[in-house]
Amino acid sequence: MTVDTGRIRTALARHWYAWAMVAPVVIVLGLIIGYPLGRGVYLSLTDADETNVERTIGINHLPATYRFTGLDKLTAVLKDEVFLDRLLWTVTWTVSCVTVTFALGLGLAVLLNRRFAGRAVYRSLLILPWAVPAFVSVFAWRLLYNERNGILNKLLDGGGIDAVPWLNDPTLAKVSVIAVNVWIGVPFMLVALLGGLQSIPGERYEAAEMDGASPWQRFRHITLPGLRPVSSTVVLLSTIWTFNMFPVIYLLTRGGPGDTTEILVTYAYRISFVNSPRDYAGASAWGVLILLILLLFAVVYRRALRKQGEV
Amino acid sequence: MRDRQRGPLASIGLHTTLILASAVAVFPPLWLLMTSFKPKGEAFSTDVIKDPTLGNYTHVLADTEFLTWFGNSLLVVGCTTVLGVFIAATTGYAVSRFRFPGMRPLMWLLLITQMFPVAILIVPLYTIMSTLGWLNQPVSLIVTYLTVAVPFCAWMMKGYFDTIPAEIDESGRVDGLTPFGAFWRLVVPLAKPGIAVTAFYTFITAWAEVAYASAFMTGEENLTLAAGLQTFVNQYTSDWGSMTAAAVMIAVPAALVFAWVQRHLVAGLTAGATKS
Repeated sequence: MTVDTGRIRTALARHWYAWAMVAPVVIVLGLIIGYPLGRGVYLSLTDADETNVERTIGINHLPATYRFTGLDKLTAVLKDEVFLDRLLWTVTWTVSCVTVTFALGLGLAVLLNRRFAGRAVYRSLLILPWAVPAFVSVFAWRLLYNERNGILNKLLDGGGIDAVPWLNDPTLAKVSVIAVNVWIGVPFMLVALLGGLQSIPGERYEAAEMDGASPWQRFRHITLPGLRPVSSTVVLLSTIWTFNMFPVIYLLTRGGPGDTTEILVTYAYRISFVNSPRDYAGASAWGVLILLILLLFAVVYRRALRKQGEV
Repeated sequence: MRDRQRGPLASIGLHTTLILASAVAVFPPLWLLMTSFKPKGEAFSTDVIKDPTLGNYTHVLADTEFLTWFGNSLLVVGCTTVLGVFIAATTGYAVSRFRFPGMRPLMWLLLITQMFPVAILIVPLYTIMSTLGWLNQPVSLIVTYLTVAVPFCAWMMKGYFDTIPAEIDESGRVDGLTPFGAFWRLVVPLAKPGIAVTAFYTFITAWAEVAYASAFMTGEENLTLAAGLQTFVNQYTSDWGSMTAAAVMIAVPAALVFAWVQRHLVAGLTAGATKS
C-alpha cells in the first residue's frame, strides 16, 4: 500500500502539470459524453419508451416502470430488416460521399497547387461553401431542387425536359443528398490536401523529372505517398462525420421519400423523437450499434495503415 | 510547387475547370442572396432581379424574433468559442509537450468522441439538462457544443504545437517562467494560425448546429438562429422570402469570420492534419 501511494505521489509530482492542463477536457467529456453514453448503453438494454419512463403529467409524478431486458432489444434490432436496409444505404452514402469528395478535393488541390494568375481568387471562391453554415446551404439547395419552381427544373424546362422530382423520387433523392453533402464537404478536403501538397518538397519532383518520370508517374509515386499523412487523417475523420451526418439528410429530405434516404442516425432520431410512442430503448440500441460499427472501422483502418508502415 | 511553362491549351483547360468548379461552389449561396431581394411571393421567379426590394429583410427584422435569436446565438457562440479555444489549446499543448500516463487513451478518447451519434446522446443529455434546470438556458448549448468542437480542435492544436520548437519553451523556463507561463506568453502568440483555425471551427460548429438547439430550446424567444430559421419553412408555413433574408443575415457574420481567418487556414490545418 505504502509503495503504491508513494508511486502515485511521485507520478503526481512529475505529471500534475500535464494532468491539470488536460483536466478541463477530461471533465467536460466525462460529464457530457461519459454519463449520457453510459445511460444510453443502459437504456439499450431495457424496454424503455415514452409510456414507461419517469415522467410528470400535471401534478402526478409517475416513476419509471421499464425493465432490464438484457440483449433483447439489440438482437431485435439486428434481426429487423429495417436496420440492415438502413445500414446498407448508410454505407453506400458514406463511401460515395467520401470517395467523390476526396477525388474532387484532390483534383482541385492539384490544380490550385501551381502558380498562375488568379489563384487566390479561385481558392477563395472554391472554399466559400465552407463559410456558409451548413443548414443555410441546405436551404439554398432546397430552393434549387424545388420540383415545381426550383431553378434547376426551370433550366431543364427551357431545354424542353420535363420537371425532375429531385427530392421525391427514391433514387434521385439519394443522388441529390449525396451531391449536396459533397458540395459541403469539398472545401475542407481541398484545404487540407492543398496544405499537404505544399508540404511535399519540390526537389522530389525535380529529381523525378530528371529521371524522365511522366506526370502520371510523378503523381502516382510522389504526390500520393506525400499526401499519406494528411489524407489518412482526413479520410478517417470525414468517414466518421459523413456516417453520422445528421443535418444534411434531416433538413433536405427528412429522410424521405418514405424512409429511402434515412441513414442510421436520422432513423434513430426518428425512433426517439418523431415516432409515437417514442422508443428510447430502440433508439439507444441503434446508437450503440452505430458506435460499434464506427469503432470497428477506426480500429481496422488504423491497423491497416500501420501495417503499411505509416501512422 | 512546380513552375513550368504551360501550353495555351493546358492553360485554357486549367482555367475552364476552375471557373466551372467555382461557379458550382458559388451558385447556391448567390442564388439565395438574389432570392432574398425578390418581392414577397416571387421567391421562385427566375428573372434575375426584376424589382429588388428590402421587404423580406424589414419583415424579418421587424415582425419576427430574429434579433432575439441573433442575440441568443451570439451569446452561445461567443462563450463556446472562447472557452473551446482555450481548452483545446491547453489540452493540445499538454499532449504535444509532456509525456504523461494516460496520454494515448486521451488521444483515442478525443477521436472516439467524434463517433458518438447525436441520436444516442441527445435523449440522456436532454434528461441531464432538465434535471439541472438548464433547458432553455444558453449554458446547456455551450457545454454541449464544447464536447462537439473541442476534441477535433485539440487534435489540431497538438499538431500545430508540434511544429513549434520546444527550445522556445525551454528558454522561457530558464528565464523563470512556469510551464503555463511559457505556454501562455511564448507559445500561444506563435500559434496564432492554429488558434485562428480552431476558433473558426468552433464558431462554425456552434453557429450552425440544429439538432441539439431544437431539442433543448423551446419557446420562440429562446431559440438560436439555426433553430429559429426552421420556423419559417416547415410543414405548416413556407415563407421562403423571410427564410432567404434570414439565411443571408445568418451567413454574413460567418463569412466575415471566415474571411478573417482564411489566410491562416491552409497553414493551420496542414500542421494539424500532418502531425496528428
